[in-house]
Order: sequence, then structure tokens, then C-alpha cells
Amino acid sequence: MHATSLAFEAQSKVALANPALQDAMGNIKTGWQANRTRAAAALPEFEALRDRGRAIKNHTLQHLDLYLEMFEEKVTAQGGHVHYARDAAEARTIVLDLCRTAEARAVTKSKSMVAEEIGINEYLEANGIERIETDLGEYIIQLRKERPSHLVGPAAHLTKDQVSDTFHEHHHTPRIEDPAALVAEARRVLRQKYFEADVGITGANFLVAETGSFVTVTNEGNAELTQGLPRTHVVITSIEKLVPTMDDAFTLLRLLARSATGQEFSSYTTLMTGPRREGDLDGPENLHIVLVDNGRTKMLGTAFQEMLRCIRCGACMNHCPVYLAAGGHAYGWVYVGPMGSVLTPQFAGIENTYTLPNASTFCGKCEEVCPVRIPLPKLMRHWREVQFERNLTPPTARWGLKVWGFFARRPALYRLGTSFAMGMLGLFGRKAGRFKQLPLAGGWTVSRDLPAPAGTTFMAAYKKSGARVR
Amino acid sequence: MSDSRTVLLDRVKRALGRTPEEDARASERVATWARESRAAFVPARGQLTPEDRIGLFIEYARAVQTEVERVSGPDAIPAVVSRYLRRQNLPQKLVMAPEPALDEADWSSQPLLRITRGTADDSDQTGLTLATAGVAETGTLLIASGSERPTLLAYLPETCIVVLATDRIVGSYEQAIQLHLDETGDLPRSLNFITGPSRTGDIAQKLELGAHGPRRLFVVLVDPEGSAPGPADRGP
Repeated sequence: MHATSLAFEAQSKVALANPALQDAMGNIKTGWQANRTRAAAALPEFEALRDRGRAIKNHTLQHLDLYLEMFEEKVTAQGGHVHYARDAAEARTIVLDLCRTAEARAVTKSKSMVAEEIGINEYLEANGIERIETDLGEYIIQLRKERPSHLVGPAAHLTKDQVSDTFHEHHHTPRIEDPAALVAEARRVLRQKYFEADVGITGANFLVAETGSFVTVTNEGNAELTQGLPRTHVVITSIEKLVPTMDDAFTLLRLLARSATGQEFSSYTTLMTGPRREGDLDGPENLHIVLVDNGRTKMLGTAFQEMLRCIRCGACMNHCPVYLAAGGHAYGWVYVGPMGSVLTPQFAGIENTYTLPNASTFCGKCEEVCPVRIPLPKLMRHWREVQFERNLTPPTARWGLKVWGFFARRPALYRLGTSFAMGMLGLFGRKAGRFKQLPLAGGWTVSRDLPAPAGTTFMAAYKKSGARVR
Repeated sequence: MSDSRTVLLDRVKRALGRTPEEDARASERVATWARESRAAFVPARGQLTPEDRIGLFIEYARAVQTEVERVSGPDAIPAVVSRYLRRQNLPQKLVMAPEPALDEADWSSQPLLRITRGTADDSDQTGLTLATAGVAETGTLLIASGSERPTLLAYLPETCIVVLATDRIVGSYEQAIQLHLDETGDLPRSLNFITGPSRTGDIAQKLELGAHGPRRLFVVLVDPEGSAPGPADRGP
């Protein structure tokens, strides 16, 4: 899938000038962000669970080969099938083949980010298979031909009025504004689709190695209808979703809902093990689990292995000042916000995405709220280094860094330079107390003033105080 | 496909770069991990006396719009169900899990109530099933699938009624699964943990109920016959 991440700056300018988007993003602060704070505070063990969640994922990744084999063995023993996909193209072929074997004309789909990542949506449609998204947010953006703008709420960038317009246009019904009526209308339209589908595609939040089970989490109940009604269930998921035991899955589930939406637990958490059993009155007869690599094994054993702990809760974006201003679409690919700034260069290539690790103020809030304690700023910094090494940094920035590097390696010269600059700034700024404009810093002063410095540097003041400099 | 399997596992092994000696220790660590992760990180919140667990279950269930009514003995269930349907202006008609335990209630006491047994289809407005367990920690129901408990009953109809025995309310999700395993020895196809009716915030983050699954979730808590219900028995 083509990434438009290099246009981050232009795309975020459009986003900042879009009042509907700014309105919609404001909801995240009062909603998910505030709810997460409350939910985390309400569980005394929350911080301990975060440590445990981190340990579970680290242990799994260190033994991923063993857990993959264990998982496959269990799934096969229950009558399910495991498929391995090296990359996105292979994953698409596997899924299409499964749909063809099931003679599928229509498939229902419950939200899966891995499915977005491998570009299955366009691929199925190009091959004549009708695809219907069942998650309400995902359904809305399917109608609007947009990408998800958030991990948990794919339509988080839209206001109610925009949804009203979209339904009015596509359902050929009178325009309604009441959110309850909009939800009811989507329910009615999608209900028929569940029964018409030949294949149900879902993702998985966790795969449990010891039992060969997989877990889906929704608030709408759409995953259960998607996998429960058609004869064939295809799970598109990735290798890092594994956890060793069921108890480990529940530790992470306790973190997931609280971190994502601030709920104590999502409405529907379902742990599925194998296809329909003898005597069962419902459930799919065929179960296929597609395990996607698509670059994840390249992260294993490197600094980016820590990113494979991610459980896709979206807390990092809900708390990111850049994401909350620019929205998800500015990031130009499937994964957005801080986690996207680390993952997207891996999947779409740093040469196509180097703007993303730079789209951060490094305020550190993302790491602070990450349920599995991924050092997101550190990993973005790693990408910046790769960008510099591969000569992708713009010439002015390279030149600036070189100049700074020259002085930084010569402390005496550096101090001389800074004390001169501070002296000048202190002198010229004494009267107004601030600068409305500064040469070479127009971009910075366009939206704020620079308070005038005291006229001396910290080092000079420190020396003067008589304290010993070691 | 088998080729991709080899390639993928190979990539993982190469990235992890373990020596043969380390491989043996890795298998050991995996075995130790499974033993030590058993219920090791269960929050204290749900670990209470049975009566307090029931109270906590009700509190958390109601916080997510689950309606709860507590009755004494299975014979009280049909009247409560019928009354609930009347209150919601729903037809006296439901599809019920073919679960023998539900036959302990005398359904003929409500002659107006029309009951079919089996799984739900699109025309069913109300489904009734039996919970395997209740989880006090978050007011969650566990329904284990099986020939007597079809899963769709809890997802297709707009109204879902679940019968839960108070002595099956445990502290945690882990304990709920253990209760099922102790009785059957086997994981079912589907373990459905349900915390409140279906909901969505996908339209401007405003909470709406009944997105795909039930709009209403009604739990009938049943105390064993003869035991007096505790102080948390007040209905909505």
C-alpha cells in the first residue's frame, strides 16, 4: 500500500485548517484520554500489571519460535488450519484462495489492523468479492472510501454531522441526525449482510499458545456475528500476537480496555478454540488462521523488538499532542500516532516515511501511558539516526547539525558563543521582556513570543556562585 | 505454504540466535513460565466473601447498563422474565437455550410466555441463556458454548436475558474458566465474556447501545432455594 507520509507537513496543515476534524479530535481528550486516567486510578494493581504485561511480551518474543510451533500444533489438533505468510502479498493470496475455496461472493469483516496492513480490502474487491465492514466506525469509512484514522476508533476523525451525510448519501434514506437512529440504521443494513456472507474475516487481539485459542475484543459484538454466522472463519493476524498462556492473555486484557477506552472491560471478549464441535448448534465449520510476518522478524533481535510488544490499544495516540492536532490521516499510512511513527518506517520503508519519527515533540506522554511500556520516543530517535545515516535528512538540517556538532565538540568555543548570544539577547530584550520576531527563527516566533533571557548563561552563573565545577 | 512455514520459523530462530545449549534452556524456561503464570496476577478487587462478590458483581454490571434482578430459587425465574418483557413493551416470546438446567424452573407458570428452544435467528427478538459463571471483578458474564448453549443467543436478539446462579459468581476471569474446566475438563469452542449490552462510540464518541448485539442485557440472579437473599437484592 502506498504511503503518503512524506507529505506529513502538508497533510497536517490541511488537518489543522479543518474545523470538523478539530472538533472530532477534541472528543478524544474529554473521552478516551480522561477515561483512561480514571480507569487506571481505579485499579490499584494497574502499574504492576503493566510491568507484568511487558514481561509477558518480552518472554514470548524471546521464545517466539517455540510458541509459534506450540500454537500451530494445538490449532491443528482441534481441526483448525494455520497458514504462514512471509509478506503482505503472500497473505493476500492465502486469504483470496480461502475465499475462493469457500466459493465466497460476499465476506463480512470485523476490524483488523493487520488486514489493513496487508491491503486485503482492495485486493478482495479487485477480485470480485464483496467486502462489508461490520465495525460501525470501519463501515462508515468504507462508505467514505477512507483509511482508519485511529487504531480503536477508525472514524474518530468524523463528526456526527458527517456521519449523517454519509448515511444519507449511501443508504438513500432521509437524513437523520439522532445518533441512536444512525446506529439503528447501520444495524439494520448490516444485519442482512451477516446472513449473506460466505466467509467471516476477523483479526485477533491475542493468540494463546498453550491452548491454540485466539481472542477477539469488541464493544459492538460484531466479531461474534462475523465469525459465528458464515461457514468459514478466516483470522488475519500477526506473529507477535502470541502469548504463552490463557492467564497471560487475561493480564493483557485487563490492560487493554483500560488503556484504550478507559472501560473496566470491553463489552465482548471472546476466546475461541477450534471450529464448530460435534453437537454445536452454531459456529463456523472451517477455521483458518493466517499468521503474517511482513517485516516483524526483521525487528526481532534489534532495538525495534520492543515495538513488537504493542497490543494496539491506541493510548499513545490518545495522549499525543501531535496526533490530536493533526489527526490520523496526516500520517499517510495504516498505523498512526506515535506507534505508527515507529511501525510505518518498518513496513513502508524509512525513505518513504522519514517525516514520521520527526513528527514528535518528544514530550514522552506516549511512553508514560503505554500499557506495555514501549520506549516510543527512544525508538523514534533510532529512526532519526537511520534517516541521518542514510542521507535522508534535508540539507539545511544536516548543515545545522554539523555546525552545532562543530561547536559542541569544542566546549570553550561553545561557551564563548552562547555567552555572546545570551548577552545580546538579554541586552536587546531587556526593554520588552520578549521577542516577537527573531532572525532565523521566524517559524518559531510566528505563533509565540520568545521570552528574553537573563543575559548570562547557566555555566557563567554557576561559576560565579562559587560552586565547584567538576 | 509449508515452505513459508519453514522460512518464517527460520527467520525467527535466526533473529533470536540461540545456540543448541541455549535451546535446551529455552524449552525449560517455557515450561517454567506456564507453571508460574497460573493466576499469578489476579487483582485483589474480586477476591471477597461469596456475598460481597455478589454485591460487587451487581455494582459493576449496573455501571455498564446491565439490568440485574435477584430472586430466590429457579421457580421465581419465569415470572421475573415475563414481567421484564412486559416492562420493556416486548412480546411474551423468547428463544431459550436447550439447557436442561433451565428446565428446573416451572415455565408453565407463565402461560402467556411462548418459548422455543435452540439457537437464535434474525427474527428472534429475545434470547434467554444460562451463564457458566459471573465475574465479580468487572460484572462480567461467562457463557461457555456447547450443544446446550448456542452462542448466537447472546448476540443476535435485541434483548438478551441471562440466568446466573449466585453461587457461580467468582472473583476473576481466570476463576470463571477454572470453574468450567473443573466441571467439563475441556475448553469449549467459544468462551464468551460479556460485560454489558452491545455499545459503540463510533459516532463522535457518544455512547450508543445496541450496535450489533443486544440493546438490553437482563441478568436474573438466582439464589439457591431456601437461602435468604442478601442486602444487595434490590431490583432496578
